[in-house]
Amino acid sequence: MRRAVLLLSAAFAGLLLGLGVNSSAFAQDAFGVRGTLENQQDEPVAGVSITVSDASGTEIATVESAEDGTWAVPLDAGGDYVVTLDESTLPDGLVVRNGRPELEVHISSDRTVLFPLDTQVVGGAGPGGDEPSTSGGDATGDPDGESSDDGAENGENLGEIEDEGGATRAASLLVSGLHFGLMIALAAVGLSMVFGTTGLTNFAHGDLVTFGGVMALLFNISLGVPVWVAAIAAVLLGAAFGWVQDWGLWSRLFKRGTGLVSMMIISIGVALLIRFATLFFVGGERQRYDEYVGQKPWDFGWLVIAPKEVATGLIALAVCVAVGLALVFTRLGKATRAVADNPSLAASTGINVTQVVRLVWTIGGALAAMSGVFLSISDGVKFDMGQHLLLMVFAAVVLGGLGTAFGAFVGAMLIGVFVQLSTLVIAPELKYVGALAVLIIIMLTRPQGILGRRERIG
Amino acid sequence: MDWHFVLSQALTQAIGPTMLVYALGAIGLNLQFGYTGLLNFGQAAFAAVGAYGLALSVATFGLPFWWGIVVGLGAAVVLALLMGIPTLRLRADYLAIVTIAAAEIVRRLFRATVWAEHTGGSDGMREFSDPFFNLNPFPKDASWTFAFVSMDGGRLTVDFGLFDLQYSNRDLWVMTVGWALIAVFLVIIGLLVHSPWGRVLKGIREDEEAVRSLGKNVFAYKMQALAIGGLIGAVAGFVYALARANVQPDTFSTDFTFYFYIVLILGGAARLFGPVLGAALFWFLYNILAQGLSEAINSGLISPEVMNQTQVGPLVFFLLGLGMVLLLIFRPQGILGNRRELMLDVR
Repeated sequence: MRRAVLLLSAAFAGLLLGLGVNSSAFAQDAFGVRGTLENQQDEPVAGVSITVSDASGTEIATVESAEDGTWAVPLDAGGDYVVTLDESTLPDGLVVRNGRPELEVHISSDRTVLFPLDTQVVGGAGPGGDEPSTSGGDATGDPDGESSDDGAENGENLGEIEDEGGATRAASLLVSGLHFGLMIALAAVGLSMVFGTTGLTNFAHGDLVTFGGVMALLFNISLGVPVWVAAIAAVLLGAAFGWVQDWGLWSRLFKRGTGLVSMMIISIGVALLIRFATLFFVGGERQRYDEYVGQKPWDFGWLVIAPKEVATGLIALAVCVAVGLALVFTRLGKATRAVADNPSLAASTGINVTQVVRLVWTIGGALAAMSGVFLSISDGVKFDMGQHLLLMVFAAVVLGGLGTAFGAFVGAMLIGVFVQLSTLVIAPELKYVGALAVLIIIMLTRPQGILGRRERIG
Repeated sequence: MDWHFVLSQALTQAIGPTMLVYALGAIGLNLQFGYTGLLNFGQAAFAAVGAYGLALSVATFGLPFWWGIVVGLGAAVVLALLMGIPTLRLRADYLAIVTIAAAEIVRRLFRATVWAEHTGGSDGMREFSDPFFNLNPFPKDASWTFAFVSMDGGRLTVDFGLFDLQYSNRDLWVMTVGWALIAVFLVIIGLLVHSPWGRVLKGIREDEEAVRSLGKNVFAYKMQALAIGGLIGAVAGFVYALARANVQPDTFSTDFTFYFYIVLILGGAARLFGPVLGAALFWFLYNILAQGLSEAINSGLISPEVMNQTQVGPLVFFLLGLGMVLLLIFRPQGILGNRRELMLDVR
């Protein structure tokens, strides 16, 4: 239930942003603010006093949450109100997780205000779903909180509820878009190079991302090593996993002469295998590492960002640049590009195509695992995180041009920024729809992508 | 542990309402993928627009039931045009990516809270199936016995000793309609693929350029195959929505499409009866594994430390995924298929 509440809050943070458009749609009868207080075990929290005052600070009413955790304050007129939770009345140990017991809300219809309660404070810029949020109208949440993925997905959810200046919000979104773009890029380079060298569209690549996140979780939680050690281990295991996949499965299939369509469907089977194995061992809950969860963000006034985002972003950028330089200047990199260009011609000039493909799988696996670890540091591990990222990766790769490493990078950055900035005008829950629509429009107008060449589409 | 129960459950499901959904969806996919070679990874979207077309028309806009069916089918054709126009001129893997993206767009739009008052958001919709069940000829409270077939309070039991099949009167009505639809579509597809039109489709699958050089409009043929397959997918969506008496956006995820592929490959692509056999076998295997494992845990045969009830689902799907991979590697033609027909390639 706590998860459901979080997802609800995240989803409705989005609703809030789009409220100007759809507030008229909600029923106007029961008018006021209401909410339910629950601790992280989903038990209702009673006897907590909540004060509602109007914009000038005049108190309108103070209520206590009932036995079932619910509270409600009826209001006469719409406008801006401040809802304050008195933290001294909370049971021992409980705090408002995001450290923001005071919320400003704009009331235009019946409105739900949720305070996430927990035993520890999470940084205000904490990712997806940790923001308190308000929602209009009937709260239709996911009953089991399991299948819901929109709001809390990928930590891109900037559920600020204060109405910040448009420019500030745009700056925050731009930065988080760049970060998201780098995460996509890490995964996209591998996918695109595997396609370039072998022709295989690997639908299991998203689950390599999950694999990285899960391996780091294993090291961090089960073995108790620090996150940075776990991250390195996960990347190495990701590389090994990529190598093993090519050694044990894909290279053998190529030797057998299995058709590319069959291999594509096999990759779907592999994706199902990895995903359900993860679900079997890890469970369906979103799990977090034991460090950097409640990191205090840096506040620059125009931009609030958690140090972990800066660190992971910079590492990702450095890695992308290193891969790019290696592709341009090293012998192996040149060989890789040659194979991607024309495998038969590359083979006839003495390049060992099998080894190059093996290398591409290894690097691709490592980069995907790194992307998974970084995403998990921001918003935890979930068994289907890679599946949802995969579509963004496809959008990036197609936008940049299938089979080109640099195109994948450019496409990833564009998609990441586009996805985030689009939330300025559309509801955040629909931001992925926008990115996927871009994918289809690119197909219609320039199917070879930005950096691809026309003949690739055959 | 109760083998009789496990076997009965699995066999009941193997020809039951859910299996019909997989069979219908895979029949549509068979025309697209099996006969034409179109890698449609968005069959779930066709089922979704069918189901939601019906549910929205009846529950939200109050249209008559038959109008709902028309709206659902119309939506499937529109979706086929939207998906096909940008991609059918491109190579197969582009179609795969676009269809998977389109299916995800459709699912996210249906679960969006922005218009949740019409679509129900992630909760989905109900209260649209009454007109369908009002037509149900199977009485709710009939009780009779004839040899090993008995009807008790609207519940049909067919007792074979080793196992029995049990269906409620609602199941029976869904099954009657569903099996009739399967028969109709099999006849239609059978006639279509043996017509000159169908031979062009197979030609496109084998060598698109050769067909084009014969002066055929390949794009039009592919579009027709995509639309007809999508219509059958929408019918699968109708049956799914009516059998469960609700629609929920998250059931139409990409995994739903992948299960259609497992069904099709298991039975044998490009074979008329492949999808039906595949669906029966797929759903039988799923149920016997899931029920068997859960019974084994309940009876203590598998200790709770090894696995618990919530892990049964993932394990079964893991095994089915493994089966799909092994099948494609070692027997890509499935049970009924012809190996030479499935040497597809995109380059």
